[in-house]
Amino acid sequence: MSRSALTVERAFWWGPGLLLVLVLVLAPLLFTDFYLSQVITKALWLGIAAASLIFLAAYVGMVSLGQVALYGIAGFTMANLVAADGGSPIAWNPWPATAVGILAAVAAGLFIGAIASRSYGIYFLMITLAVGVLTYYFFGQVTQLSGFGGVNNVTRPDIVSNPVTDPQNLFYIALGVSAAVYLFVRYLARTPFGLALQGVRDDPSRMRALGYNVPLLRMLAFGLGALIASFAGIISVWWNTRISPGSIDLARTIDVLVIAVIGGLYRLEGAWVGAFVFAALDNWTRGLDIVGQRFNTVIGAIFLAIVLLSPGGLMGIWQTIADFFSRRLSGRPPARPSPGPADEARPTSDSPQPS
Amino acid sequence: MNGAASAAAPDWRSRLATVPVGQLALRAAVAVVVAFVAAWVAYKAFGDPRTFVIVGLNGLTLAGLYFVVASGFTLIFGLMRVVNMAHGSLYMLAGFFALELQTTLTGGEATSAFGSSQAGLGDWIIPLVVACLAVGVIGLVMQQLFLRWNQGQELRQALITIAIGIIIADQTLAHFGGIAESLAAPDAFPESVDLPFSNLTYPFFRIFVLMVAIAVGLALWGMIQRTRFGMIVRAGVDDRQMVSALGINIQLVFASAFFLGAVLAGLGGVLGGTMISVDKANDTQYLLISLIVVIIGGMGSLAGAALGALALGLVDSFGDVYLPAGYTNYSILLIFGLLVLVLAVRPLGLFGRPA
Repeated sequence: MSRSALTVERAFWWGPGLLLVLVLVLAPLLFTDFYLSQVITKALWLGIAAASLIFLAAYVGMVSLGQVALYGIAGFTMANLVAADGGSPIAWNPWPATAVGILAAVAAGLFIGAIASRSYGIYFLMITLAVGVLTYYFFGQVTQLSGFGGVNNVTRPDIVSNPVTDPQNLFYIALGVSAAVYLFVRYLARTPFGLALQGVRDDPSRMRALGYNVPLLRMLAFGLGALIASFAGIISVWWNTRISPGSIDLARTIDVLVIAVIGGLYRLEGAWVGAFVFAALDNWTRGLDIVGQRFNTVIGAIFLAIVLLSPGGLMGIWQTIADFFSRRLSGRPPARPSPGPADEARPTSDSPQPS
Repeated sequence: MNGAASAAAPDWRSRLATVPVGQLALRAAVAVVVAFVAAWVAYKAFGDPRTFVIVGLNGLTLAGLYFVVASGFTLIFGLMRVVNMAHGSLYMLAGFFALELQTTLTGGEATSAFGSSQAGLGDWIIPLVVACLAVGVIGLVMQQLFLRWNQGQELRQALITIAIGIIIADQTLAHFGGIAESLAAPDAFPESVDLPFSNLTYPFFRIFVLMVAIAVGLALWGMIQRTRFGMIVRAGVDDRQMVSALGINIQLVFASAFFLGAVLAGLGGVLGGTMISVDKANDTQYLLISLIVVIIGGMGSLAGAALGALALGLVDSFGDVYLPAGYTNYSILLIFGLLVLVLAVRPLGLFGRPA
């Protein structure tokens, strides 16, 4: 590949990326409190949830629909351990409750991972979806922990302050956690463990032949995915001040999947890009008379269009644009595959079944 | 197992030696759990045989309904590897179509919320046929318009059906509202039947659902084992490309199978709508049921679907009644336990085969 093509390609990713980071850091100055809280902060934690899905899909080849259930387990555990309306009467300090919530989600993730990690591809998707929907019914049924009313007025750490009147703190927390998750996953991908996971994604049988314990690797990856999802669950409880089975139902599971697909299922950045589009659309269409209450039809149609026309999502479209211009401006076609995460744009849906 | 005990013993021992210790411990644990559950049910059954009979019949009839729905799901998956995530939505849609039509036909007098009301035979059969055909056509259009040109891309097809499911759910809410109602059963049927050897009576319609399920099961089995269409389907499950290479119009077979699968979802929707209720939450519920039945039974297997439906129906109905008082709202955990138990021993389900 020619040098200039590489430079142009890089500029296409780094330019908007840096601009986005700058806008986000200065967001409390640029946007109204309402927009900061209702769209940007919401998009950040939805993005974390979608990132847990994209991490599993892009790096391990496991498309999981159980991530919302895992974040629900973190959120419900936290909400039940602190003072709140509904749920258990325990009233802990919010910080240890948060820690236990995260641990509970990771433990659940490892357990579900142990069961599901021997299944691949579409089977894995079905099993995680079934577990996810069962979790929703569980919290709906068990009134000791939630019931359909959910847990309301959850006590949050003082640092969160009031998300309506004073949204900056929670915004910066969500931003910080998002950045940490992003950098952590990018770092992990270069460690021997991360490379082994990508090996499992590409060819489980060959990895087994090389002596790797494939089910164990997949189980640990699922546990890591649960960790990332649990951050989203905790922040969503801090943001909503409540959690109910409605927060983790099938529609929510699909929302997170829609976000991941709109952003691009095989690029980590896509999680937050998709989440911003989703949250902004949600906010914008609520005011439109034509759309009115039919937000889900609109989102379903957009989702359908993306799946049919651009399986790589918005990041895939951007990749195409970047490729086009780097070819034009450098005057010769860049040799694909280009280095870096663009390699992951290859769909892994048809990962081989165990024989 | 086979032959004289002296001949079987060394064979058994050598087979045991090839099973890893972990697997052995797992199987032992599963056996202990199954034995414990059987003992508990037997203990409860001797304490109150009348409840046992009624709850057992509830479980069997529920299993019949689950089988009708899941057989369509497993038929589509077995042949085309399409996980139809809109299967629950088709079920729900058929219920609402039938309800709407029956209300029109009877002038809105026969239906009532959860009543055991009755309508003329035609006022039940016409909605049944129309709803089944309408849902079948919707399934067919879905397959021809969106799925046909994405063959082999399992994940993409699952995402497409999810998107369609979102749109169907939202439009159903818009057009039919969210009130749960049940269809009126035909007045040509008796309301209840006397059970032999006891003075118990049982709702006739539930027995009718079980009979329909058995008929559907036998018809599908006969079709798959005895007819030319079934032969092509069986061959298609094993090797799609080879079948089309032999000059068989596999697209026609795919389209018919998808139509049939959707009709079965519709049949389930009308039966379930009469036996239980028509509700906007049906889509999630019956998607979950279809998923669990085929995960337990093994995907694409008709016998597996029957066994899975039986297990789920019995666990569902006994769980609500036989759990110790105060714990009945944890019954959803039993279904989760069933899933875990089966997947721990057989990751591909009871009758599952590697793809």
